Amino acid sequence: MSLNYYQLFDLQPIFNIALATLETNYRKIQSESHPDRFVTATSAEKLQSMQLATLANEAYQTLKNPANRAQYLLELQGITAISESNTHMPTDFLMQQMQWRETLEDASAAKDIHTLEALLDEMQAESKSLQADLSLLFDEKKDYSNACETTRKLIFIDKVCADIRKAIEHLD
Amino acid sequence: MAYSDKVLDHYENPRNVGTLDKNDPNVGTGMVGAPACGDVMKLMIKVNDDGIIEDAKFKTYGCGSAIASSSLVTEWLKGKTIDEAYAIKNSAIAEELALPPVKIHCSVLAEDAIKAAVADIKAKQASKQAA
Repeated sequence: MSLNYYQLFDLQPIFNIALATLETNYRKIQSESHPDRFVTATSAEKLQSMQLATLANEAYQTLKNPANRAQYLLELQGITAISESNTHMPTDFLMQQMQWRETLEDASAAKDIHTLEALLDEMQAESKSLQADLSLLFDEKKDYSNACETTRKLIFIDKVCADIRKAIEHLD
Repeated sequence: MAYSDKVLDHYENPRNVGTLDKNDPNVGTGMVGAPACGDVMKLMIKVNDDGIIEDAKFKTYGCGSAIASSSLVTEWLKGKTIDEAYAIKNSAIAEELALPPVKIHCSVLAEDAIKAAVADIKAKQASKQAA
């Protein structure tokens, strides 16, 4: 029987998960499947424990990151949030993206670290607000169609955040 | 991954970067985005009374292939009718730029931007006729 990521860590399949439980149960599986415990085991047991450790890693990385977790929850509903053939996003959101990208580009060129940091704060606030929306859409409303759009927005915002961090590092 | 010469050429010397007057009734705007790579593309076309695209401008935030794809289509669009523009396929863009499989989605983005701009101009024309 194959467990999904939530079942593996004994978690409810919701967006607003108990991160402490995720952390604890992940560490538990990691230590239980540690190679040191399988020195004298059969090769089949070694393989099995290694596969479990790999699965736990993958599951942990997916559930720990809000955007990945949202994508995974949608997948469990049979919804693919990210596909190369879906390029549609609300126009006002894309306009806003353009503006953020322009600010990032101008501030990087001007080596204006204050503007970059302010932009990063703004993006992080935006990310938090989208995560609050996702919590409501997934866990209370079960509105997967809007959750999908919000997930796509969150992935966009994460990308901008990563690019701003890169620009800041570059200037440091 | 190495970019083709054509991609590099468009990336280093992008054609038709900029914007047109979005309030002009003869200007259509298409905006699309790809969350996975964070690319955003804005394409604007200016159509004359005969339905021919007179001018095209773009602004793209994204990788070299996304910029090259949008730059290339602005060149292709000029002189075409909006129906010819609508028929442009991403495979033609990918082929012209010799895009590798992992960058095909950039050409999809450009095709969708054209379709969105054409849809916008058609909606503007329809509301003009209704008025």
